[in-house]
Amino acid sequence: MKKILLFIFLCLHIAIYAQEYFPKNDGVKTTDNAIVAFTNATIYVSPSEIIKNGTLLIQKGKVLNVGASISIPKNAVQVDLKDKYIYPSFIDMYSNFGVNTESLPKDSNQTLYDANREGYYWNDHIRPDQSAIEVFNYDNAKAKEYIKNGFGIVSTHVNDGIVQGTGTLIALNNFQDNNLRILDQKSAQYFSFKKSKRSKQSYPTSRMGAIALLRQFYYDTDWYNKGNSNSKDLAIEAFLENKGIPQIFDAEDRKNALRADKIAKEFKQNYILKGGGDEYQRIDEIVNTKASFIIPLDFPDAYDVSNPYIANKIALSDMLYWNQAPTNPKVLEEHQVNFALTASENKKVDEFFSNLQSAISYGLSETKALEALTTVPAKLLGKQNEIGVLKKGYIANFLITSGPIFDKETTIYENWVQGNANILSNRNTIDISGDYVLTIDTLSYTMHIKGSPEKPALKLMKDSLELKSKITYQDGWVNIFFNSIDADSTKTEYTRLTGLITDTILKGNGNLPNGKVIAWTATKKKTAEHKANKKNKTEKNLRTIMPVTFPNMAYGFDSLPKQQRILFKNATVWTNEEEGILKETDVLVNNGKIEAIGKDLSATNAIVIDAKGKHLTSGIIDEHSHIGTDAVNEAGQNSSAEVSIQDVLNPEDINLYRNLSGGVTTIQILHGSANPIGGQSAIIKPRWGVSAQELLLENASPFIKFALGENVKQSNWGGGRFPQSRMGVEQVFIDYFQRAKEYDQKWNTYKSLSKKEKAKTNAPRYDIELETLAQIINKERFITCHSYVQSEINMLMKVADLFDFNVNTFTHILEGYKVADKMKAHGVGGSTFADWWAYKFEVNDAIPYNAAIMHDAGIVVAINSDDAEMSRRLNQEAAKTIKYGGMTEEEAWKMVTINPAKLLHLDDSIGSIKVGKDADIVLWSDNPLSIYAIAEKTMIEGVIYYDYETMEQMKKEIEATKNTLINQMLEAKNKGMKTQAPKEKKKELMHCDTL
Amino acid sequence: MTIMKKHIYTLLLLLAVISITKAQQTPAEKQSQRILIMNATAHIGNGKVIENSYVAFENGKITLVTDATKTKIDPTQYDEKIDATGKHVYPGFIVCNSTLGLVEIDAVKASDDESELGDLNPNIRSLIAYNTESKVIETMRPNGILAGQITPRGGRISGTSSIVQFDAWNWEDAALKKDDGIHMNWPNSLTRGKWWLGEDPTLKPNKKYAKIIADLKIYFEKAKVYNLEKAATRNLPFEAMQGLFTEKQTLYINANGAREIMDAVNFAKDAGIHKIVIIGGNEATKISDFLIENNIPVIVTRPHSLPSAEDDNVKEPYKLAAELANKGVVVSIDPNGDMERMNSRNLPFYAGTCAAYGLDKEDALSLITLNAAKILGVEDTMGTLESGKDATLFISEGDALDMRTNILSKAFIQGRAISLETHQTELYHRYNQKINGSN
Repeated sequence: MKKILLFIFLCLHIAIYAQEYFPKNDGVKTTDNAIVAFTNATIYVSPSEIIKNGTLLIQKGKVLNVGASISIPKNAVQVDLKDKYIYPSFIDMYSNFGVNTESLPKDSNQTLYDANREGYYWNDHIRPDQSAIEVFNYDNAKAKEYIKNGFGIVSTHVNDGIVQGTGTLIALNNFQDNNLRILDQKSAQYFSFKKSKRSKQSYPTSRMGAIALLRQFYYDTDWYNKGNSNSKDLAIEAFLENKGIPQIFDAEDRKNALRADKIAKEFKQNYILKGGGDEYQRIDEIVNTKASFIIPLDFPDAYDVSNPYIANKIALSDMLYWNQAPTNPKVLEEHQVNFALTASENKKVDEFFSNLQSAISYGLSETKALEALTTVPAKLLGKQNEIGVLKKGYIANFLITSGPIFDKETTIYENWVQGNANILSNRNTIDISGDYVLTIDTLSYTMHIKGSPEKPALKLMKDSLELKSKITYQDGWVNIFFNSIDADSTKTEYTRLTGLITDTILKGNGNLPNGKVIAWTATKKKTAEHKANKKNKTEKNLRTIMPVTFPNMAYGFDSLPKQQRILFKNATVWTNEEEGILKETDVLVNNGKIEAIGKDLSATNAIVIDAKGKHLTSGIIDEHSHIGTDAVNEAGQNSSAEVSIQDVLNPEDINLYRNLSGGVTTIQILHGSANPIGGQSAIIKPRWGVSAQELLLENASPFIKFALGENVKQSNWGGGRFPQSRMGVEQVFIDYFQRAKEYDQKWNTYKSLSKKEKAKTNAPRYDIELETLAQIINKERFITCHSYVQSEINMLMKVADLFDFNVNTFTHILEGYKVADKMKAHGVGGSTFADWWAYKFEVNDAIPYNAAIMHDAGIVVAINSDDAEMSRRLNQEAAKTIKYGGMTEEEAWKMVTINPAKLLHLDDSIGSIKVGKDADIVLWSDNPLSIYAIAEKTMIEGVIYYDYETMEQMKKEIEATKNTLINQMLEAKNKGMKTQAPKEKKKELMHCDTL
Repeated sequence: MTIMKKHIYTLLLLLAVISITKAQQTPAEKQSQRILIMNATAHIGNGKVIENSYVAFENGKITLVTDATKTKIDPTQYDEKIDATGKHVYPGFIVCNSTLGLVEIDAVKASDDESELGDLNPNIRSLIAYNTESKVIETMRPNGILAGQITPRGGRISGTSSIVQFDAWNWEDAALKKDDGIHMNWPNSLTRGKWWLGEDPTLKPNKKYAKIIADLKIYFEKAKVYNLEKAATRNLPFEAMQGLFTEKQTLYINANGAREIMDAVNFAKDAGIHKIVIIGGNEATKISDFLIENNIPVIVTRPHSLPSAEDDNVKEPYKLAAELANKGVVVSIDPNGDMERMNSRNLPFYAGTCAAYGLDKEDALSLITLNAAKILGVEDTMGTLESGKDATLFISEGDALDMRTNILSKAFIQGRAISLETHQTELYHRYNQKINGSN
């Protein structure tokens, strides 16, 4: 039978009282000062303060008093709540209740490079002036959904843009109007990393652009606030006004939570982070933020794995997430993370509530659950003195329940909001379950009533024969009808009974199939004990939770591998130093460094690896890569010097592990080539399993990506911004460098002022973009420039000369061989492909001899990948320089090790096997330049992150784990739980021109 | 400068001299001399190696392949004797499922002739668009790749391929086997919505799968009964497919999933086609018994590819050819994928990688010699160093499957000594002279 949801919204008050000062045109003015006393209840004043047999007094929508032995005023209406519970109702502080962002007017329908709004900030995705209350429409239907599941207050907001403006705290009062509902029209300021749907301004196109924009906005507001601006900015002014209220950031997931937290720390903000439900996967980093979180409970449904052919395509990481997600709140609690809960990610609030019960079965304490829905959000919103608990003077928002609020058998009878009762279920319903003897006329039957008090189920027996029967129970009346003839017969003869309940006896009248009116009674013989049984059953149904691995996906480690003291014996050692290639040599690694190189070394407590017949090299360094990042290009402007790949690293990219399998131990992750001035790069070591921050190389020189040619002039796709030709590209550079130079001078002048003079002078505006470019001029940041044809290569060197700095590296540099003499004179290095060409017009003259010619001309030459596939076999690419141009094996090998180390200014710590250098080491089965060589072990700073045999073993374990999880999912499906269609995880591979 | 490098420079100087007498890319003259290659290690292509060999050819055909330590020959029989002591001689490599000559520069649309509009284009012929002047093709030759199958792309039935050799004035001269087969893209049994159009991106059974196959079945049935003589009006697509039913042509089916491969093979057999080849074959190892039983060869997609799923064995694409070959499937490899034309010159290194990950070295060589020839139906004239076959072969300084030693001193196509110069070597000589004073 279809579930019938019962909502009776009933107002206990005879008159709804309106605002005192409002005129009344439909009758006489009345004032409701009635006191309601709820007695004999178990009252949760707060999650930790429980009064047994207590009394709650409310008046005018507020708590008048609460306690165990308080006197009840004579004029109070009394409500006996014996055996019942009272809880403060729930608060959702992250909601878009009553705010339809889709229907908001658009700034423009046309894609723009500039802002469309006038009088506001230069970027339309910054909208602190936006206010939820201005577009708010109370949504009765949605409110009912919230109310049904115990909520009484939400903080709603316009979920649109990067700075989203202010939210509003709303009581879900379905009886009165907004004058009463609005608890705080500026409850909090909301943020996200997502662009506004109202604006089509192109910048920022990437997550790193959004981060840079937010940073710049903080600088600008500070500068503006100090009175340095000559013009008005309504967005900044609104933002400054919103400073004192809670700042809530939609961080989407664990990775972005850390990104938002980084900004918070930089600008001394106290973000409340709205999470994604996956925080448990990186709990230590989450704890380290020390931030408070708002956690959604949208657990994934099991995948439908009944088709094994499709089931095979589901990634282990997705299966694990299904398996582990319900434990997220428990893990957060265990680690003492302060968190509130939100239903914002659940399509229906009902789902939120059932997921919450599930989270509790998986270990979240009921106290913490209640806190996360009451006191925590109240406090985070700064409303701990008004809402969230049931103390004197607080808003009378509370629930009346049949039992402990989160028990599956518990019924929420009533949800009171501001003193108005929403009746969800009749609290006078008596539990009639049990075994009865039913007597009709002269006949007697056995009746087993099961199920919840509101929805009992009947099994009716005549002797040993079960009869088709049905029971309904509402408002004290029981209706039963049954087919008096045995179930197998096709004939039907219905007996219909109706009656009232008195204690243990059901009694009333009915009609026999022939219409005869009869009297009946049912006497209870035994009370049902379903509660205890059910609980046991639920616990039995819990699935085994898989341990979290690092990262939490295929090839993740059970725990992070540690530094070891390792002695490689009898290897052929490619030192990359004067010693050249040493045969039958030992290398000792200790504390992450190379400690000794020599013959017949011994070391106590070292793990000895027999490397006889094998080759040992320093790890491969890839100067140009786009793996391990969630963004490559910020294409919204022709310069994006302010953005940084460091802000968007993705330590869970499987390509990092695949790179390890090819012996790669250091990678420069570059911005793409969509614009002449790209973004700041990240130099990392692919330490599989660590956090984004731990991937980064500390103390590495800062680099920035520049680009020339077809990509920046948008030759192979549409576009309309300057430049559209190589001629324009030069002007972009000169323009920006000139402005950076002037900017730098302005700051230098300002900094040299005395304190007194400074006070009288307007400070220059801090501009991250120009700051970054000034670093280049000041030789504090280094350019690696995507380049193809000789004209543009020559041009950039001339521009650099003009501003008195050197280009550090030309990357790709496919026509470097044509101007190698000029490059040598300039002092620039080349990082090129071994043999790529013919993929676009500007690489028609690319030749595989390029590396050799440049090398012979005295240039430091590296071979890079720019490609997730090739980066796993850069040893092969290096070997191609032997075929094309006759490099010696040692020189060829240097092109993927010490040479890129030089280009990255890291040759003092990596790039060769030398005592004192980082133990970034690869053990090869063969000469590393041989096509037959396999990287057997890859070590970074003494930690073995990859081992070929281990990988093979892990692959088997992945299959076994997936099999277990598939069985769990099949079981879930058989139990009738919801399932979702499988999705195949497809990773977008990023190149220079990935937009 | 090391000895190695000097050696290379000498070699390059030699090549430069040749290039003066022979204009770059000018097809070589017909073989007029009787040539004997002496004392090289001969890699036959069928798994066998002769450490010290005599290989002789005249009039474009191999006349002798023998163990030099066991055979006495009369040197006066030969006009040109090449001492290849310490060197290696190989049959010319053959690239399957290639689009060489159909596109010159990937990003320049005007240079792109690899696919046609429409879904069912069996009558589309790659051969007539094949550009013998392609600068990309000439870069195949210095790496030992001397012939290939030129294949159209796109649609359900992409069109008809042909097999060409890489030293010709025009496509007629180039053709080794015209219209050798029809290429077809098998549908996916699973599908996902286009998320960028707001569709559900989850993977689900492709509802159209059965319908597409049913339609194809009717199409093939109609093609089979189409009879040119009796047809009142000609049907060009059906006409183009006649060879499939007479064993003259092969049906090449691109399919990757185990289910798709089985469906494709069963479909083709039911349609009365005898020569069936699978291209792709990601999941072919799961059904290797079925493939062997039905005698279906597989052309594995470029081994230098990323694993198709996050959970896959990190080395899966490196291992696939070996896994299949070791189970007894006839396997070749292709360069299909990103930037495939310019990457095709890495074919020998794809094979070398297969050798690193589980395949015997000579079997790895067979992937791009004998097996390719068998699959393409040209094993009578190509694919091994055996008497009677075309003298399409080359001499390499060392192991031609390894980048370090794949250095060609001579290459012959049907006995003709071809130029190993390219647009790229010319630029090399010119600029190395300018920059480093050497060429």
